[in-house]
Amino acid sequence: MTENMLDKNGIARRIAQEVKDGYYVNLGIGIPTLVANFVRDDIEVEFQSENGVLGMGPFPFEGEEDADVINAGKQTITTLPGASFFDSATSFGMIRGQHVDLTILGAMEVSQDGDIANWKIPGKMVKGMGGAMDLVASAENIIVAMMHTNRAGESKLLKECTLPLTGVGCVKKIVTNLAVIEVTAKGFKLLERAPGVSIETIKSATEGELIIEGEILEMNI
Amino acid sequence: MINKKVANISEALKGVSDNMTFMFGGFGLSGIPENAIAQLVKLNIKGLTCISNNAGVDDFGLGLLLQQKQVKKMISSYVGENDEFERQMLSGELDVELIPQGTLAERCRAAQSGFPAIYTPAGYGTEVAEGKETREFDGKMYVLEHAFKADFAFIKAWKGDAAGNLIFKGTARNFNPNMCGAAKVTVVEVEELVPVGTLDPNQIHIPGIFVQRIFQGETYEKRIEQLTIRQRA
Repeated sequence: MTENMLDKNGIARRIAQEVKDGYYVNLGIGIPTLVANFVRDDIEVEFQSENGVLGMGPFPFEGEEDADVINAGKQTITTLPGASFFDSATSFGMIRGQHVDLTILGAMEVSQDGDIANWKIPGKMVKGMGGAMDLVASAENIIVAMMHTNRAGESKLLKECTLPLTGVGCVKKIVTNLAVIEVTAKGFKLLERAPGVSIETIKSATEGELIIEGEILEMNI
Repeated sequence: MINKKVANISEALKGVSDNMTFMFGGFGLSGIPENAIAQLVKLNIKGLTCISNNAGVDDFGLGLLLQQKQVKKMISSYVGENDEFERQMLSGELDVELIPQGTLAERCRAAQSGFPAIYTPAGYGTEVAEGKETREFDGKMYVLEHAFKADFAFIKAWKGDAAGNLIFKGTARNFNPNMCGAAKVTVVEVEELVPVGTLDPNQIHIPGIFVQRIFQGETYEKRIEQLTIRQRA
């Protein structure tokens, strides 16, 4: 494998380019959380956390933490001017009603049909899906942030998911340590490659149908 | 003014018994009804079905009921922070039904609002939808999910009055407003029970009609589950 593939911050940095002025954005736990650090500061974006806050700010300074102000990862947070709190049904109303413009979440597997698996590994302790099933079933614009392969080196971009599904036909775009990929009716369409990463590397790390059309440029990060 | 104020915690939980179904507000440890949980531990009633987004941690929140093996079944969306929970689940002592978080909220709200069931896209095509009625609306598939039926809802609010009007604080609001009036009896504990007339009617989050009993909690630990801070520059 190449030495130039992105780290988690690199993935987050590339996804941050997808965040546009005026967007309401829901960030999942893990790499997606890092995206907030790389959003351009000349645009206005509000982050939603499904436990009931819009307009999330950074972590509090020591001594200023409040048990009543947390994010979906149960971490203490702050709010920015213009923030609001609301109940869980309203929160998922924002999500289900497609008022949230962009959802970024992690995954264990994505299929070339846009199916996603990210909540359960049979035989292991199941913690639950939390809000993931609502998010993937409802959002118009879903970006998956993940490593291209798992710890065993196996592709996470598959013809069909092997793990229990979180949602069907919902993922539109995937950003990995190797590539930016669009999920199309014909399969995974390679849009960009990580700096210094060859198409061959991406091909060999992708089990599902990989569509390569024209020149594939490097990510501009 | 219809008075919902009860004299003490015993009166607040009057009527709870073995094998009942309870709703608990809260997300993680934020906005959980600490005093009601403490009283349920004391009463040591068993065979409970608990509808709650999470299951607490080992030594706090609903983890306290799990420790005493009072819970027969948990209906939750995420249960990851509790070793005793895991042990009881894997050994088969505890029945666990995992459902999507938005579905959990909406099944509460349906019960509160007189809907027998709702259609949601969440979980369609996954094992959550197995055995459930599905239906297409405008080219998209939805799953029929039924309103919960519960005996008691235990709610935590920030401020309230004897009329049962409630105001919540921050993200401690979460499922609490959705569970008010969603069970046969709604029991609310507040940090501060204020005189009737002092809450601005414009600012009420939940009107007292959804509440049967209200009391001021004796103490609140308000434990933080994941303390995250940033360094001062």
